[in-house]
Amino acid sequence: MTAVHRSVVYDWLRHDKKFPHVWCPGCGLGILLGSLVRSLAQGGYDKNQVVLVSGIGCSGRLPVYVDVGSVHTTHGRALTFATGVKLAKPDLKVIVVMGDGDATAIGGNHLIHAARRNLDLTAIIVNNLTYGMTGGQYSPTTPLGAKATTAPYGHSEPSFDISALTVTAGASFVARSTVYHVTQLDQMLGQAIAKKGFGVVEVLSPCHTNYGRQNRLGSQVEMMKGFKKQAVRMDRWEKMSPADREGRFAIGVLADHERPTFLETYQGAVDRAQAIRKEG
Amino acid sequence: MAAGTSKPVGRAAKANRKGQARLLQGNEAASLGALAAGCNFFAGYPITPASEITEYMSREMPVRGNPFIQMEDEIASIGACVGASLAGRKAMTATSGPGFSLMQENLGYAMIAETPLVVVNVMRGGPSTGLPTNVAQGDVQQARWGTHGDHPAIVFCPSSVSECFELMVRSFNTAERFRTPVIFLADETVAHLREKVILPAEGDLEVIDRRRPTVPPDWYVPYKTDGSLIPRLADLGEGYRYHVTGLVHDERGFPTRRADEVEPFYTRLFGKISRHFDDLMLTKEYSLDDAEIVLISYGCTARSCRAAVRMGRERGIKLGLLQLLTLWPFPRRAVEAALTGRKAALVPELNMGQMSREVKRVNDGRTQVIRHSKMDGTMITPEEILGRMREVA
Repeated sequence: MTAVHRSVVYDWLRHDKKFPHVWCPGCGLGILLGSLVRSLAQGGYDKNQVVLVSGIGCSGRLPVYVDVGSVHTTHGRALTFATGVKLAKPDLKVIVVMGDGDATAIGGNHLIHAARRNLDLTAIIVNNLTYGMTGGQYSPTTPLGAKATTAPYGHSEPSFDISALTVTAGASFVARSTVYHVTQLDQMLGQAIAKKGFGVVEVLSPCHTNYGRQNRLGSQVEMMKGFKKQAVRMDRWEKMSPADREGRFAIGVLADHERPTFLETYQGAVDRAQAIRKEG
Repeated sequence: MAAGTSKPVGRAAKANRKGQARLLQGNEAASLGALAAGCNFFAGYPITPASEITEYMSREMPVRGNPFIQMEDEIASIGACVGASLAGRKAMTATSGPGFSLMQENLGYAMIAETPLVVVNVMRGGPSTGLPTNVAQGDVQQARWGTHGDHPAIVFCPSSVSECFELMVRSFNTAERFRTPVIFLADETVAHLREKVILPAEGDLEVIDRRRPTVPPDWYVPYKTDGSLIPRLADLGEGYRYHVTGLVHDERGFPTRRADEVEPFYTRLFGKISRHFDDLMLTKEYSLDDAEIVLISYGCTARSCRAAVRMGRERGIKLGLLQLLTLWPFPRRAVEAALTGRKAALVPELNMGQMSREVKRVNDGRTQVIRHSKMDGTMITPEEILGRMREVA
């Protein structure tokens, strides 16, 4: 495993990009980066056919380390750029990395429409329950009552369930995992990337620097242990009572179904338009 | 879809075959110009008075096997255009004031990431929802300075349906040549006007494509340039695995904050436009040679000015017109020449003096510059312009 891993890292990370990366020691984004390149390597993808697109925030810095075409866009708009790339070159594998604020606050509109449209994109949403890069303000996934630098007396709003939101909006594939459950994360990413249509993987990741510190959750190790305790496999989750579910969350595949993708339905429009024009 | 083409087919092909005379609406002519220039990606969002362009493209793009998409808003529309352009397409979006305001952040992205694309803004009354179906020219300074941070801008402005076609071709060619977004700034009157247009025959048009790398991927340094200061742009997915970012970046495209890399970056971003100012400045002159009073105008207002020149001369007032087709970079030399040796200059426009301020800036004591502003949702008439002559004559 170690030898394979080293080779994957060598093959898929940029050699001309200066390391170490920008993230805090203990951040989950490094684990996700490893998981992503392993999934790509295991899927047998050609580096020239993969494009990574990101928004703004800690997660936005992920694509620059990967040796593929990478586009670091504006805050919240990664999915719109990715839509253009995919429509321009449908053969490319376009993977979008966003944070929770990026994807569900400023980019929330694009997220639900990308899911509805079912364009063949993979959205990796790194959920650390806060705006880490700007110092720990509350995001749409910050739990009610939690502390944030903009909620010093406790957060007054309920939070979004990103996975449930994207299932409802029509994504073909939705899964949730954490950077603790890294073997499962590799699998979920692999499935989402291979899936035809809009695929979402919500990845719980610790921000001990900002979220953990303000909410006295301990070190990054303590926060990782928290994921281990709170995460429940989907088959067990379904049998749990609402009382038992309190303070826990489900991990695994939440939705996996076949639906025509935008490119398929648009091809129908192209065929009809060309037939009509030919008839004159 | 992958094998899309930008060659005109069907009705558009028929129109392009031989310098054909056609009755066209401004928005239609702009759309035809885009297709003639090779536009093969369109993303937009409905808005008056620009919707005809989006509708036209929704009819024509599928016929050519090219992508058309109506996005969830204008921010998404320009985002999709940037993505498509990076993947090698000639991309366009069309909007009006409120949508243009929403596009500003990603417009700045296209500038800093040096992505060619064309943004149409058909001006209506603003600010905010303003006068959605009325004409105005209030976005002239926004088109120059709308996005944050200091940056160059290229803005073309048509006065006739013919110019809608010609300037649209020019917009695409300029965007591709300079690797930059170009703003096509029309107004409601010109966009909705129907006029006879002689479309150039296919093959008579010069169509410019961006310079792509000629070196193998291993040698490609994405933002390294030659004397033109315009770097070569590789399509995403063609083996050139490079990084694109809205952060200030080094030659490799990686973010940098080093002063010795930041300063040359900005210098080049401005320099790649300013080095070629002469190629960008488009103006037209009407009866300017012996004019005592010069009108300086653009867009639909320049049409009234042309009539005023004719009517004024019939009454013995020696009027001339300098029409600006390039609004930005400001055609300083042409304006300076037009101001020199005149009794006065009048700048009629449908705003409170956005361009007259610019004319005054370059006037430098040459003559008396008078603004003529109108903001009631209607055009300035030739009579109104002639009415000001008593003050200046």
